[in-house]
Amino acid sequence: MSTATISGRKKSFLSGLPVISHVNKSVGLQRGMLITGLVLTGLFLLSTVLAPFIAPYGYSQLSDASGSFPTQEAPSSKHLLGTTVGGYDVLSRVLWGSQTAVTVIVVAVAMSIFLGVALGLLSGYFGGWLDRVLVVIADAIYAFPSLLLAIVMSIVISRGQSSFWGGILACAFSITVVFVPQYFRVIRAETIRLKAEPFVESAMVLGASSLRIITRHIFKNATRTLPLMFTLNASEAILTLAGLGFLGFGIEPSSAAEWGFDLNKAMADASSGIWWTGVFPGIAIVLTVLGLTLVGESINDLNDPRLRGRKRAGGKASRAKAAAGTPQPETGSPEAGKA
Amino acid sequence: MTTLIEVPDVEPDAVAPKSKSAGGGLGRYIVVRFFLIIPTIFILVTLVFFLMRVIGDPITAAQGGRLPPDVLAQRIHDAGYDRPIIFQYFEYLGQLVTGNFGTTITDRRPVVEMLSTFGAATLELTINALIVALAVGIPLGMIAAQRRDKATDAFLRCFAILCYATPVFFSGLLLKLTFSVWLGWLPVAGRVSTRTELTMGQLAAPSGIYWLDALRSGDFNALGDVVSHAVLPAIALGLLTAGVFLRLVRTNVIGTLGKDYVEAGRSRGVSEFRLVTKHAYKPALIPIITVMGLQIALMLGGAVLTETTFEWKGLGYQLVQYLNARDFVAVQGIVVLLAVIVAITNFVVDVVAALIDPRVRY
Repeated sequence: MSTATISGRKKSFLSGLPVISHVNKSVGLQRGMLITGLVLTGLFLLSTVLAPFIAPYGYSQLSDASGSFPTQEAPSSKHLLGTTVGGYDVLSRVLWGSQTAVTVIVVAVAMSIFLGVALGLLSGYFGGWLDRVLVVIADAIYAFPSLLLAIVMSIVISRGQSSFWGGILACAFSITVVFVPQYFRVIRAETIRLKAEPFVESAMVLGASSLRIITRHIFKNATRTLPLMFTLNASEAILTLAGLGFLGFGIEPSSAAEWGFDLNKAMADASSGIWWTGVFPGIAIVLTVLGLTLVGESINDLNDPRLRGRKRAGGKASRAKAAAGTPQPETGSPEAGKA
Repeated sequence: MTTLIEVPDVEPDAVAPKSKSAGGGLGRYIVVRFFLIIPTIFILVTLVFFLMRVIGDPITAAQGGRLPPDVLAQRIHDAGYDRPIIFQYFEYLGQLVTGNFGTTITDRRPVVEMLSTFGAATLELTINALIVALAVGIPLGMIAAQRRDKATDAFLRCFAILCYATPVFFSGLLLKLTFSVWLGWLPVAGRVSTRTELTMGQLAAPSGIYWLDALRSGDFNALGDVVSHAVLPAIALGLLTAGVFLRLVRTNVIGTLGKDYVEAGRSRGVSEFRLVTKHAYKPALIPIITVMGLQIALMLGGAVLTETTFEWKGLGYQLVQYLNARDFVAVQGIVVLLAVIVAITNFVVDVVAALIDPRVRY
């Protein structure tokens, strides 16, 4: 992950920015994957911002000037993607759904980063019984199916409430509980490593307070991998949100549009051949997760010189040589373990 | 000055594995690993118990609006939910130790019974999905590794990400639409048709794993029926994990392909195909076994969604039914039950990994 700083020997401000430097650094297929991811993520964010302007109807709108919407109507010029069993316009709900998704991701990931980083720093720096207890708890939570944990949390938080913010916060908190152990682990491991570094020791010798060492010396160094984790976790957050929605813990259709909830309602339609109610929200989920994952993975690969695609100049010989620097067997990376 | 003394504090972490390795031995590893199950389960049980009690007592949650207040209070008192929570907690722990996971409120059935009734269905689904995942993930991963940075590799990697990006219920929906509704090849939902269920019901001591029962009944129509029901759920859940396996095999085979012994094989004229399938492939499998443990936890989560999608009557399906009925004793029981299953599976996987790879033991 250190290449970001190495390549950041500033040529210009623009090419030093994380994502742009990654695009410049990539070649061939890898560049294609990164750009595809960026485009998909861009579309997702764009539809979030523009939903109020481009969506033909409101997310909970059941009628317009010409009367109430028909139910389960096939795609037509009036309803481009058809209508649901409840009489909602599918296109509008798909577009508005991105707003819900972004809100949940931002709240969930911000909270988990805050908690995970704080606990990880404290636990890693001070060690002792606090560290032991936190590690055991984090491991226990980490080994547990995340969706089940999210279900329990959302029962606790929402108690059946389904207002917009109630539902959003319930989902976000539930996802937070799942993510905190991941951030905690990464930050704690980094903190323990950094604590043994000479610059931390010298700060200790100089008499710097623990607070100062943690905030000034360790924090910045330990959190370099966070942007990457953010992209990977954002996609996981969408999947968890959709899963919760699918099981009926989402947000009521009248208070916000949520893709998972719509898919749940569409399940019964599928048996009678009504495909448009489920396929479009599903595609929205897949494309969003795909975009975020492509960005995260590409950045991950580009940051790791062993995985980075090489320019063709050296041909096969250089590839064989580079491959000799064997990649570590990828066993327990967070994104491999959970989804 | 105290900070100076803290510096050696880093050491225990580094020393700990060493002191354990002195003890060595597989037997010792298994025992130590076994006792690590207990704190894991204990923490999850504690967490789930207190979280579920924060929202009030389960009887009010389940039957709140439907009963007059005095009857409700009497029921709460009878069940002991008006006692101090810490008392209830220890009582609950005591019950768990004796294998009592509670009794559901809505239909008054012991939760443990559910394991025997619905556990087999979930087990069957998980095994089927695992077979699909391995059958798809490992060969494709090997192909991707061998064709590294070519179009095939790019395609397969995109496929892997797509597998991960598609929620089970969406892939389930697409599979249903394609194979059940449009092509009409496979049934839409359920585990088996009623007629077959009756045939198999006549068996003495049915295992609950339907393809096993169907095999035993010797009725090939029954077997065909069971398999046709099992295909779509297995693919939906299996593909989710197949992507993870694909990437894992790819990364590891690329790693081993660069090793000296593979180079030596190549210089002796061993074919590229044989290099991948024989030489590079086996060492790359070890991490798969480790990851499989994590994947089983993931699959149980996925199984809840898959079972709901396909009305596959297993533990996950049952869990969702009780969730909708707001029967939180049942929910808590099933969640704890699944926690125990996950902890034991992880233990087994770790032991298997230690058997295969001596470096794992500490």
